[in-house]
Amino acid sequence: MYGAAAQQPASPPAAAPLPPGSPMIGRPDNEAAQKLAPVAPPPLAAAPDKLPLAKLKVPAGFNIEVYAAGMANARSLALGDKGTVFVGSRLLDKVYAIINKDGKREVKVIASGLYRPNGVAFKDGTLYIAELSKVSKIEKIEDNLDNPPKPVVIYDNLPKDEAHGWKFIAIGPDNKLYVPVGQPGNNVLHDENHGQIRRINLDGSGAEVVARGVRNTVGFDWNPETKQLYFTDNSRDWMSEDLPNDELNRITKVGEHFGSPYCWQGNIPDPEFGWGHSCSEFTPPVGLMGPHAAALGMRFYTGSMFPKTFKNAIIVARHGSWNKTVKFGGDVVVVHLNKDGTVKNIEPLITGFLEDNKYVGRPVDVMQLKDGSLLVSDDWNGAVWRVTYGKQKVAGQ
Amino acid sequence: MRSMIAALAFFSLACSANAETMEERTAACFACHGEKGQSETENTPSLGGQQAPYALIQLFMFREKLRTFEPMNDMAKGFTDDDLQKFSDLISKLPKPKPPEDAGEGAKMQRGLALVQQHRCNNCHNADLSGKENVPRIANQREDYLNKTLGEYKDNTRHGYDATMADVMQVVTKEQIADLAYYIAHVR
Repeated sequence: MYGAAAQQPASPPAAAPLPPGSPMIGRPDNEAAQKLAPVAPPPLAAAPDKLPLAKLKVPAGFNIEVYAAGMANARSLALGDKGTVFVGSRLLDKVYAIINKDGKREVKVIASGLYRPNGVAFKDGTLYIAELSKVSKIEKIEDNLDNPPKPVVIYDNLPKDEAHGWKFIAIGPDNKLYVPVGQPGNNVLHDENHGQIRRINLDGSGAEVVARGVRNTVGFDWNPETKQLYFTDNSRDWMSEDLPNDELNRITKVGEHFGSPYCWQGNIPDPEFGWGHSCSEFTPPVGLMGPHAAALGMRFYTGSMFPKTFKNAIIVARHGSWNKTVKFGGDVVVVHLNKDGTVKNIEPLITGFLEDNKYVGRPVDVMQLKDGSLLVSDDWNGAVWRVTYGKQKVAGQ
Repeated sequence: MRSMIAALAFFSLACSANAETMEERTAACFACHGEKGQSETENTPSLGGQQAPYALIQLFMFREKLRTFEPMNDMAKGFTDDDLQKFSDLISKLPKPKPPEDAGEGAKMQRGLALVQQHRCNNCHNADLSGKENVPRIANQREDYLNKTLGEYKDNTRHGYDATMADVMQVVTKEQIADLAYYIAHVR
């Protein structure tokens, strides 16, 4: 910070220090940093003929196609028993359904007037929707797609903070609904009700915190072999261009603390809050997902369509950075694990969302269909992509 | 308020006639937002020189009732996606608002400038507060509108497209909002 100031003798006197809790803490006062701001997606979904399909690249043997379009700000994905794909949104008030009927796909709005309904989950005929500060459900949703009833709230004992308040949700092998509560700001000390993942029974009862020190997770899934919960976590802004990395974490016991806001990526004490703490107090990540990469949706691949190396690997959507001069992420990667469940390596699956340091698309969530193909939501284009492997049935790229 | 209702009535008329030119349709906007988007109406923003992506987002939010202000929700109700695009492009090409004739009171301007620097408004909104992309131009916006809007972001009665302004305003006090609004309205 002092170095940067020294290089710019003409700039006005240094600004007063930021008050505690400001999202701007750590932001250096120089021209390069001034160019960086969160990137907002367009509010209108891209027209089908304007989708950047031709720009997206997949490894040899894989194919990519448009699964559905016209869903502005398409975010989290959930799959119904009868093949309906449910899609949440964060900046709109809508939950969409992609309905498969007689070989055709149709997009419908099945709920609206909701507040940041980012999270969707499905179990035994019921759709669960997570808004900013409440979770609701619609029973027998797939039987009522033409005239769905209003969501019924099952749980609303949640803070109302905007920062990291939107939620990814999923139902675990223990039949409980997992609900994150983000840290209420970029880098802030907070009370016990924030910075965690909690689980509740499907009727909203029995809330229990399963993980602490979680800054902002927007994707998780359970290892099909060990049943352990793995989750992505977005690390803080403004520490540096290349640090800290986003994390891939694993819960091995209930109530573990994953470090935020005291320690990042398992080995970097926070310059402000790390004093008096050691990273050894906290559970380190099983892998690093890249600086400011915004690793969001993730699922274990259990299908048989993709090559054998994908079996039980994790597919992760990296939404892409904003807090970095040369953008990073904006892709879908496959994370291979070692026998001990830690990360072995990370390989690209879909690239091309980033062109000349600008986004032409941004992946948010991934979800495997019953045939083993993979859906990827894209909140920049308001679309869902589908990746297949093997001989291509659909004409396209 | 009366002029607003009159404008609304006029606008409904304007909208119902499909053959109306853009110029005719924008007359309703200017009835409240001032000639060429330089507002002289209380609590009503100047539109001139606004960033097109920001204007598009706001018009979209009015149409979808994600941002609630009844007259604007009514105005935008029948807009097609193409309308949203056209109006936001047009708004961005109007002349930017002029600073008030008075340069602003020294001590108040000093306090405002210090706050703009402290809270890094001049980062996302640019050094000259002209905005960029989805971040709005705020320079020389009406002081009353700035006051109102910053207060609404702070108590979360105005929902932003994303969480950024709610996050930023958490640590800004009510007294500071007055100095910020004064400075931003007068900045040269």
